[in-house]
Amino acid sequence: MKILHCPLNGPRNISEFACLGEVKALPAPQAGTDAWADFVFMERNPAGRVREWWIHLATNYLFIVDRDTRTDEIIATYPIGDPRLDAVPPAGGAP
Amino acid sequence: MTTPEPAWRLAAPAGAFIDRGSPLHFTFEGRRFPAYAGDTVASALAANGVSVLSRSFKYHRPRGIVSLAGCEANTLVDVNGVPNVLAESHRLADGDRVLGQNYWGSLAFDLNSWIGAFGRFFPVGFYYRAFYRPRGAWRFWEPFIRRMAGLGKVDPAAAHGRYDKAHLFAEVAVVGGGAAGLGAALAAAERGGRVIVIDDQPALGGALNYRRYDAAGQRGCQERDALLARLAASSNVTILTEARCEGLFADNWLAVVRGRRLYKLRAREVVLATGALEQPALFRNNDLPGIVYGSAAQKLIRLYGVRPGTRAVVLTANDPGYGVALDLLDAGIEVAAVLDARKEPSGPLHAAVLARSVPVAAGTIISEAAGRRHVRGVVTARLGGAAGVGPPATIACDLVCVSVGLAPDLALAAQAGARLVYDAASGMHRPENLPGRVTVVGRANGGSDRDAGLADVAAAWLLQPHPRGKDFVDFDEDLTVQDIVDTVASGFDDIQLLKRYATAGMGPSQGRHSAVNTIRLAARARGADVAAIGTTTARPPWSGESFGVLAGRRSDPVRHTAMHHRHLEAGAQMMAAGAWMRPAYYGGRSRADAAIAGEVAAVRTAAGLIDVSTLGKIEVRGPDAAEFLDRLYATGHRRQPVGRARYALMTDAAGAVTDDGVICRLGETHFFVTATTSGVEAVVRAMYFWNAHWRLDIDVSHVSAAYAAVNLAGPASRAILTDVCRDVDLAPASFPYMGVRNGHVTDVPARILRVGFVGEVGFEIHVPSGCGEFVWDRLMEAGAPLGLRPFGVEAQRVLRLEKGHIIIGQDTDGLTNLMEIGMAPGSGKPFFVGAAALAAHCQRGIARKLVGFTIDSDAAVPKECHLVIEGGEIAGRVTSCVRSATAGRVIGLAYVRLHQAEPGRSFIIRVDGGRLVQATVAPLPFYDPGNERQKA
Repeated sequence: MKILHCPLNGPRNISEFACLGEVKALPAPQAGTDAWADFVFMERNPAGRVREWWIHLATNYLFIVDRDTRTDEIIATYPIGDPRLDAVPPAGGAP
Repeated sequence: MTTPEPAWRLAAPAGAFIDRGSPLHFTFEGRRFPAYAGDTVASALAANGVSVLSRSFKYHRPRGIVSLAGCEANTLVDVNGVPNVLAESHRLADGDRVLGQNYWGSLAFDLNSWIGAFGRFFPVGFYYRAFYRPRGAWRFWEPFIRRMAGLGKVDPAAAHGRYDKAHLFAEVAVVGGGAAGLGAALAAAERGGRVIVIDDQPALGGALNYRRYDAAGQRGCQERDALLARLAASSNVTILTEARCEGLFADNWLAVVRGRRLYKLRAREVVLATGALEQPALFRNNDLPGIVYGSAAQKLIRLYGVRPGTRAVVLTANDPGYGVALDLLDAGIEVAAVLDARKEPSGPLHAAVLARSVPVAAGTIISEAAGRRHVRGVVTARLGGAAGVGPPATIACDLVCVSVGLAPDLALAAQAGARLVYDAASGMHRPENLPGRVTVVGRANGGSDRDAGLADVAAAWLLQPHPRGKDFVDFDEDLTVQDIVDTVASGFDDIQLLKRYATAGMGPSQGRHSAVNTIRLAARARGADVAAIGTTTARPPWSGESFGVLAGRRSDPVRHTAMHHRHLEAGAQMMAAGAWMRPAYYGGRSRADAAIAGEVAAVRTAAGLIDVSTLGKIEVRGPDAAEFLDRLYATGHRRQPVGRARYALMTDAAGAVTDDGVICRLGETHFFVTATTSGVEAVVRAMYFWNAHWRLDIDVSHVSAAYAAVNLAGPASRAILTDVCRDVDLAPASFPYMGVRNGHVTDVPARILRVGFVGEVGFEIHVPSGCGEFVWDRLMEAGAPLGLRPFGVEAQRVLRLEKGHIIIGQDTDGLTNLMEIGMAPGSGKPFFVGAAALAAHCQRGIARKLVGFTIDSDAAVPKECHLVIEGGEIAGRVTSCVRSATAGRVIGLAYVRLHQAEPGRSFIIRVDGGRLVQATVAPLPFYDPGNERQKA
């Protein structure tokens, strides 16, 4: 079983977490159905680095994970608002 | 009475694993045999001269011990009703009943062995090809084939066992307790931290316990004793013997099975010292009992004190083969000849064999073995010369020891992600691309200089099909050299396809004795390098695991409310609601219907009390709390007045209804939110998720377990509550329907909500969990004179259905949107999470609607998920249905097509047995349409 390093709880078995999907820009409330449909249904599903929402289920602690979908390697984890998130681009896709 | 020692036993010190002071008896095929504690089924049978342990899978050929390495298909036996037990791994207990498998008649005279005579009519891929046409042919033949080719029988009456699981943690986990593993463990122990050594044998030492490394035969034991002495001196090494590592998963998470316990072992570093397995030589009848690996003969002698034969031929291609010959000689076995495939054997072991006057034939191999149920002799052939193979000679023997090459056991390394690369120089695969913190040492990694010269020259001469076949590559599946050649010729030349088409390596031993030869044969047939063929994928488990180990002990957590024991005392039948236990109804199972009807009647005519502690409860506080809830829920909460509760309905961003509850505004910046029992976790998660985007100034606390709650409902409920609640004015004018008040029940602080799930005057009372039982008791006492009864979930289901209230997850599914349940918010609600999706649904329109229905006929009560049928097609389904005493009819909720949804329209439900019942759409609610009772 993989270990995920939670920014709040430290290294824990990955069965204690749930992935809530890729970090995407939220459409404006009045952005219209097309923009919202894209947000809800269209996944980029990149082969490579992806930035995702994860939550530690036991504590409901929500944080951000950079992961490589090709190797399932967890590259880094960040608390929400971590300044590193702006420094490291969430660039996805194959190199 | 003492049993005489079996004829095949050797005197001590041979037999390191057996305890001659603890004799025991077991039966095999009904015959009683003596053995010693420490004996395996295989060693004890060998000690008693029994060499046929099973019949082979396809041709029902007699089979016996080959490797004693703990991964053979042909030593699977049934022990005390447990099928597929490895004879070489099961240590005997007194009275064990052992049976062979896969035969008709008796093991010695399998009635199906005629199949072997027709072997050429059973080509590889036979089952795929022969039963492919006509359609249905496979279905006809399958039962016969399954019966012929079964692997053991499950005994439904077999005794149940206790299995459990445990967790272990280590700085370094070492798999394999041989020389390399112990060396790695000692090095790790010196660095500090806990070290765990896992070994599948009863004693550490691995091959040091049985291999012969020098002419005197002392070096192995000396090295082992030195390692064990150092190990005994270190305090931070934990030894797990008779334990098997079945899987190596991500981040060094190891599955280790020991007896009936599964250890989940997490290690910072893993050292794989899994060693190597000997490989078979390919010649005609190479599967006869009595033909064993050299290491198996050495194990029988040294570990179990068993003489494996009387007259032996050793077939080798390396120096350790001469060690085998010396061990046989020391055990009093005549060595008729050592056949060495190499042209010019040499070395100290070779010299020692020559010194004992054993004939050694260089450049010589076996082309064929003779015998029916046991090997009787071998036909040799000389390599080289114009024809490649020289004139045959015959040697009589009852034991053939094969020592022609090793294959490293890299299954765990491959599971960890290593790529296996063939090394032509050593004739072995080695691991590459290992993940961090996993290392492979010792023989598994290509080895040490200990067995130098063990390159397999075998490949050159082993791979020619014998003209008369029966040269088995895969003992599990009875595959011969020709089968592999034919498979490649049929076009299945990729190793993955070859494996699946020929079923090579797909038997219980998972290719441990066949994969390397299969790869070599494929390379030869394709004219390619062995390295170019690649390997198949290794997946856990390493060996067969029993279901008991996988299932283990149940450890599902169960949650009890504060009033749990009061329910039990009142005779409640408890039911699971998510992780919680809730009272279904109060009374005996035999009179469930009457009990539920009585509870319903009490609520409608007097009062009832239900434990609703399992409700999800969330506190939302902060300046933006109203804005937050208004965005999250489809219902309106921005302008919700303080002291008022509102029904709340949540959707996801796709517009599907996900949860409902009640939102109470306790203050300008303080809301108390209830959610469904099983949905609250997801609701809290959604709150955190959405506010991570919105960044509103709020705080969310999940307080489900902090509050016990009851719903006091019925015409008498106000009078009962008045008796115990003095500080809240309960009069309808001052505490109206959907009001919220803080107060006390007796002297317990309470939040009181006037809500009406069941359609009567009702009060939902939330108190600190620790006071739940106390408050329950006070209310029951106060209500007793007025006819108060506790009621359970079943009665509540009837009562809420009479009021037409939906249950999320029962009356909705993963796609239900707000329009389908008639709860779309008005245009005054510009935004919420599902707003855009709702707009899209409005644009596109809906195809179904949830409606109430009644059935006048008393003939049948449809069940949940019975289908609505129109024109022979599925038009919808029933989501809830009960016989309502209050309504005097069968009532329910169902999804129907839009044109069927008008009140008064009728539609057809197909009930159990295919009967069609007519239902009529009815306006909701069924009971008290003006809501006068709940507002009273």
